[in-house]
Amino acid sequence: MAVETLTLGKALNTGLRRAMERDDKVILMGEDIGKLGGVFRITDGLQKDFGEERVIDTPLAESGIIGTAIGLALRGYRPVCEIQFDGFVYPAYDQIVSQVAKFRYRSRGHVNLPMVIRIPFGGGIGAVEHHSESPEAYFSHTAGLKVVACANPEDAYFMIQQAIASEDPIIFLEPKRRYWEKGAVDTALGLDAVTPLHNSRVVRPGTDATVLAYGPMVKTALDAATAAQEDGRSLEVIDLRSLSPMDLTPVFDSVRRTGRLVVVHEAAGNLGMGSEIAARVTEECFYSLESPVLRVTGYNTPYPASRLEEEYLPDLDRVLDAVDRSFGW
Amino acid sequence: MTKGATAPRRSGGSRGRGGTPPEPDYVQLLTPDGERVSHPDYSVDFSDEELRGLYRDLVTVRKLDAEATALQRQGELGIWASLLGQEAAQVGSGRAMRSQDMAFPTYREHGVLYCRGIDPIMPLSLFRGVDQGGWDPVANKFNLYTIVIGAQTLHATGYAMGIAKDGKVGTDDGEAVIAYFGDGATSQGDVNEAFIWSSVFHAPVVFFCQNNQYAISEPLERQTRIPLFQRAAGFGFPGVRVDGNDVLACYAVTRAALDNARLGQGPTLIEAYTYRMGAHTTSDDPTRYRVSSEVEAWQAKDPIARVRALLTKEKIADDAFFDSVDADAKAEAVQLRERVLTMPDPDPAQIFEHVYVEGSPLVEAERKQFEAYAASFEGSAH
Ligand SMILES: Cc1ncc(C[n+]2csc(CCOP(=O)(O)OP(=O)(O)O)c2C)c(N)n1
Repeated sequence: MAVETLTLGKALNTGLRRAMERDDKVILMGEDIGKLGGVFRITDGLQKDFGEERVIDTPLAESGIIGTAIGLALRGYRPVCEIQFDGFVYPAYDQIVSQVAKFRYRSRGHVNLPMVIRIPFGGGIGAVEHHSESPEAYFSHTAGLKVVACANPEDAYFMIQQAIASEDPIIFLEPKRRYWEKGAVDTALGLDAVTPLHNSRVVRPGTDATVLAYGPMVKTALDAATAAQEDGRSLEVIDLRSLSPMDLTPVFDSVRRTGRLVVVHEAAGNLGMGSEIAARVTEECFYSLESPVLRVTGYNTPYPASRLEEEYLPDLDRVLDAVDRSFGW
Repeated sequence: MTKGATAPRRSGGSRGRGGTPPEPDYVQLLTPDGERVSHPDYSVDFSDEELRGLYRDLVTVRKLDAEATALQRQGELGIWASLLGQEAAQVGSGRAMRSQDMAFPTYREHGVLYCRGIDPIMPLSLFRGVDQGGWDPVANKFNLYTIVIGAQTLHATGYAMGIAKDGKVGTDDGEAVIAYFGDGATSQGDVNEAFIWSSVFHAPVVFFCQNNQYAISEPLERQTRIPLFQRAAGFGFPGVRVDGNDVLACYAVTRAALDNARLGQGPTLIEAYTYRMGAHTTSDDPTRYRVSSEVEAWQAKDPIARVRALLTKEKIADDAFFDSVDADAKAEAVQLRERVLTMPDPDPAQIFEHVYVEGSPLVEAERKQFEAYAASFEGSAH
């Protein structure tokens, strides 16, 4: 046993360190990730310990970061790219969607692109525009990419290592507003001993309704479940973890028991993850549903100025309100 | 061959990895000691009144900037990107613009904004998180601040192409465009595409790069192996490096480049060689990546001190003038502070405003839901 209490940010840092120790082909690339340790300090100390050849401060060019990472991966390296903020992934969007996603398919399986693209995502930190985006649906819509989001320190520690070990290109979403939250991590466990990267997981069992969330909203959903408990309602909370591919089996099982599902995410609802989940759950669990699948999401507007983000972001009250509506059906 | 003009200088043979490129000269008209010097290609002829005006601008924008930094420290702004050290580059280039010229700034151009006559409160509401800029970029001839690095250089180029299409070039009352960006931005695809487009379409645009030596933590060598102004040659237009801490030189070089653009001679790249004295933004810790001796060396080249030295030496201004400028700047800063402290939070319904010109049933439905939901809390402690 080696249970440590780590923040989510430190868990990622430690996970990256383990991956670099395990495989010397793992290299990190990104803006300000060296001496500064990244603007969120996720790569803190890694350049000092692994050198500038393995922790590369790149020019300020996101398309360049991803494009050159493709070349490095072709050459046998395992690049882990940091995009500084969600809103700055778009200059690299073409490389990710047109190139990274399709490489293996186009080569009829001759080459894999084992690379990870780390993106701090979501709002809630009082930032200026372009620093609070939730771009997950764009990437999940693209076949050939895998998209995952961690929600707590333990998953952060293991999922980043699993993502780096994966032979497929992975968009790795980090809930930036949760970077500073602490949790227990058993660093003695091997990667095989923990939940596989692409499985969802029940993080709080319950009987009356199911709440599905990922990334930053998992904590919100758990808080809502705690509050609901006081009102005598038992909510089951599931952390989706992997957005593409999606593991909905535990969700189907849960909905068959509870009859109700509320999906929560920060991204705008229109054509978002919740739409896909609602469709699949309806197809699979139609006769078990007591009410329609409800979504609690960001509004279909650009992310607002930060003084309004409290109103924009789904919070505990909005989740409980949706649960109420589900019961009112 | 003139000093500071584009010339593919020899890079000195095989340079080792990480070697620093040789530093070419720049255009300078005022030394750090406050001496006027001449340059074969560039000159300015300011009246005493104009010189005092430039001094006043420099002191005012520095003071307003310091006030904004203080407001951030006190939790009144979410973040602030200080212009400290870059006042000469911004005031010099900003004052070189004519009223019909259009500017495309980054998030740090508070000095240029000031020169455009825009209320200095505007960027504070952006950094406070009350709005996302909100001034009218077209009416003010000053685009919204652009946070995504380099994006605005293409907007500037397109705007300049529009000017050319409108036949507003080639005459003295023509229009020109100036696009601001940093040294880091020169690595972006967008900036390189802007160079290509402006060159190919001969657009009346001036690219004004404030090389403040860092992109957050990354030093210049992480973006380029040649002096930035020399890049222009490869794209087919002139590049010039100017002492970015010399307001006279920045003015002269920018005025000449804008005039050239206006007269139909196409784009110019200006590299204002300067230094960011403070942190990248208030969330940055520069001690992690730079040493204080470097900062001190640049301190000696302060853009304001040298103008003051000139004004004193040439008896253009006396202590009474300097005191009054300080007092006025202070009063303006106090006013700014009061206005920030009393700035109301935005109405939540603002979330749903201005998404579409012609509206959207989806957004309208969400607005109604939102209002009903908010009303359900009325009277509660929420
Ligand atoms: C496309 C994009 N990538 C990353 C960032 C994050 N970022 C903000 S400012 C900055 C450094 C910019 O440096 P430079 O262009 O030299 O301008 P300066 O801030 O020094 O004036 C970075 C990396 C961004 N805003 N946009």
